[in-house]
Amino acid sequence: MVRLLGYHIATNKLRTTQIQSIKTETQTVKTFAFKDKLCAKAKPGQFLMLWIPGVDEIPFSILDAREDGSVAVAVRKVGEATSALHNKRIGEIIGIRGPFGNGFTAKKGKVLMVAGGTGVFPLLFLSRKIKPKATRLVFIIGAKTREELFFIDEIERFCGKENVVASTEDGSYGVKCLASESLELLLCKEKFDMIYTCGPELMMRKVLDLAEKHGIALEASLERLMRCAIGLCGSCVIGKYRVCRDGPIFSAQQLIKVKTEFGKFKRDFDGRKISF
Amino acid sequence: MKDNRLTVNLAGLKLANPTILASGILGYSAETLESIVAGGAGAVVTKSVGLKPRVGYANPTVVQVDCGLINAMGLPNPGIGEFVKEIRQAKKVLNVPLIVSVYGFSEEEYAAVSKKAADAGADALELNVSCPHVKETGSEIGQKPEILSKVVKTVKDAVDKPVFVKLSPNVTSIADIAEAAAKTGADALTAINTVKAMAIDPETTMPILGNKFGGLSGSAIKPIAVRCVYDIYERVKVPIIGCGGIADWRDAVEFFLAGASAVQIGTAIATKGSNVFRTVTRGLNAYLKRKGFKNVGEIVGLSHRY
Ligand SMILES: Cc1cc2nc3c(=O)[nH]c(=O)nc-3n(C[C@H](O)[C@H](O)[C@H](O)COP(=O)(O)OP(=O)(O)OC[C@H]3O[C@@H](n4cnc5c(N)ncnc54)[C@H](O)[C@@H]3O)c2cc1C
Ligand SMILES: Cc1cc2nc3c(=O)[nH]c(=O)nc-3n(C[C@H](O)[C@H](O)[C@H](O)COP(=O)(O)O)c2cc1C
Ligand code: FES
Repeated sequence: MVRLLGYHIATNKLRTTQIQSIKTETQTVKTFAFKDKLCAKAKPGQFLMLWIPGVDEIPFSILDAREDGSVAVAVRKVGEATSALHNKRIGEIIGIRGPFGNGFTAKKGKVLMVAGGTGVFPLLFLSRKIKPKATRLVFIIGAKTREELFFIDEIERFCGKENVVASTEDGSYGVKCLASESLELLLCKEKFDMIYTCGPELMMRKVLDLAEKHGIALEASLERLMRCAIGLCGSCVIGKYRVCRDGPIFSAQQLIKVKTEFGKFKRDFDGRKISF
Repeated sequence: MKDNRLTVNLAGLKLANPTILASGILGYSAETLESIVAGGAGAVVTKSVGLKPRVGYANPTVVQVDCGLINAMGLPNPGIGEFVKEIRQAKKVLNVPLIVSVYGFSEEEYAAVSKKAADAGADALELNVSCPHVKETGSEIGQKPEILSKVVKTVKDAVDKPVFVKLSPNVTSIADIAEAAAKTGADALTAINTVKAMAIDPETTMPILGNKFGGLSGSAIKPIAVRCVYDIYERVKVPIIGCGGIADWRDAVEFFLAGASAVQIGTAIATKGSNVFRTVTRGLNAYLKRKGFKNVGEIVGLSHRY
C-alpha cells in the first residue's frame, strides 16, 4: 500500500500569476482574468482564494474557467482588499489557491436560477454549463437597483429575455419587488425540477422555505469567513458543516439540518455569532 | 466482551482511546467538536480561548509548504465570556472528556480564563504557553521557566481540574521547561505546538503570511515532536501527550514508544477527515494485538530501554 507522505493538497499550493485582462462591468464590479491550470478545471460553484500581496487573501467564486487555462472572477468593491484589487493593472502579480469546495451538481430538466447581488457570478458559470442539458432555464435575478443587476445584459442575451425575471427594490428595472417574491409568483404558476440559488443569506432562506413548500430540489451557495479554505481552522462553520470543505454548495436536505443557523447568523472574525 | 486495550487514564481523565483533537483545529463550536467525536476521537481540545475577544491576523493565515502547513491565525476567539456557552453546550452533547485550551497575557489572565472554563464544565485545562506568533503570550511565556512556573501555580490554585501544559519546541531545552511545569503542578504535558517558520514568495519577494511568521505543523515536524517527547520522558514523571504530524497509526506508535501516554491530531484532518481518529485507533489496536500487549500503556516509553 502506498503511504501518503506528508501533508499535501495539490490545489492548496499558492501559485502566483499575472492579471491578463480587466473588464469594468459596472461602477462597483470588475472582472479579472488570469491563467491558472488548476482553477481552469474548476466546476461551477467552486471558489478560489486570491492573494493580493501585502494586503489580504479573500475568497471568490469562479466566474469562468476555460480549456486554454484561463480563469475569471468578478469582484465587487466593498472594502480594503477588493478596492486594492480594483486598483490593479494588467500584468500585476496575484496569488491563487484552489479550486476549493464541492461545486453544484448539474441536473437535467426544468431548472431555475435565483440570484441576488453578486450571487449571479457562480450561477452564470453554472448556466453556461447546464443550458445544453436543461429542458428549460429560467433566471430570476434581484438587486437593490438597476446598477447592481450584474451581467443582466449577458443573462438576457444568453437565456432569452422571456426567460429572465429581473426585480429591483427601487423599481429601476424589471418589477419592483424582492427576488424571492418573484420566485413565489412563478412557483404558483409553474413547476420546476431544480432551484439553484446564491445571494444574500436572508434571500436564500426564503428561497429554501419556498422550495420546501413546493417540493422542489434545491442547491444553495453559502458565504462564510474563509481563512484556511481546507477545512481546518473552523472560521467558516455553520452547524456541523464547514462551508469551505463540505460546501460552499449545500442541498435543501443539508440546510434543513442547520435551520437554526441558516439565514439567522454567521460568525465574525473573532468567532462570535452575529445575526444577519 | 469488550477488551480495554486502548483505554487510558490521563491525569484522571478516562479515555476510551488515546487519540485527542489538537487545539485550534475546528474547535470553536460544540457541533464541530461533536463531529470530531463521531470520527472516533477519545477526547477533544477546544480552540485556545482568552479573556477578551480577538479577531486574529489578516489573511493569508495559512500557507502550504512541501511537507506541512504554516499557520498564523493569531488566536482568533470570542473570549471566555462568550465561549462558556459553547463549553456548556459541548458538555451536554459530548460523551468524551472536554479539554479547554487557554491563553493569557499574564498569570492572572490564565487563571481567570481557566476558572471560568472549569466552572462552565471543562474536564481539564490545557495552557497554551507555546503559540509561536502572538506577542506577550504563548511561547513568550513558555520559553521562560520562571514565568511559566508562576502561570502554572496560579492556575492550579484557581481550579481543581487537571491542568495540562502545552510546550513549545522553539526552546533550547524542552526538558528544562517541562521540568519547571511539572514541578509547579502540571498534571500532564502536551508536546508540541507548532515550530516557528515562514514562507516567502519568489515572484513578489514578499513574506506570504499576513503576520510574516507562523507555526509549522504536519509531517514536517513529526521527527522534532518525537524527539521532544523522548527528551521530556527522560526527565519528568507526569504523562506526556504527543502531538505533531500524526497522520496514521505508525506515527502514533512512534510517539508512544518515545514516551507519550496519548496523542493529539490536528493537521491530518485536512487530508484524512475526522475519521483519522478511528483509523489511527484501529491500526493501533491491531498493532498491540499482534505484538501481544494488553494495554497501550505497556508500550509507553519502550524505546528508552535501548
Ligand atoms: C465562497 C465565497 C465566494 C465569494 N465570491 C465572490 C465573488 O465571486 N465576487 C465578489 O465580489 N465577492 C465574493 N465573495 C465575497 C468576498 O470574498 C468579500 O466581499 C471580500 O472578502 C471582501 O473583502 P474586503 O477586504 O474588500 O472587504 P472588508 O472590508 O475586509 O470586509 C467586508 C466584508 O467582506 C467579508 N469578508 C472579508 N474577508 C473575508 C474572507 N476572508 N472570507 C469571507 N468573507 C470575507 C466579510 O463579511 C466582511 O464583513 C465571496 C465570498 C465567499 C465566502
Ligand atoms: C490552523 C491551526 C490552528 C492552531 N491553533 C492552535 C491554538 O489555538 N492553540 C494551540 O495550542 N495550538 C494551535 N495549533 C497547533 C496544533 O494544536 C498542534 O499543536 C500542531 O498543529 C501540531 O500538530 P499537527 O501536526 O497534528 O497539526 C494550531 C494549528 C493549526 C494548523
Ligand atoms: S476556512 Fe478554515 S475551516 Fe473553512
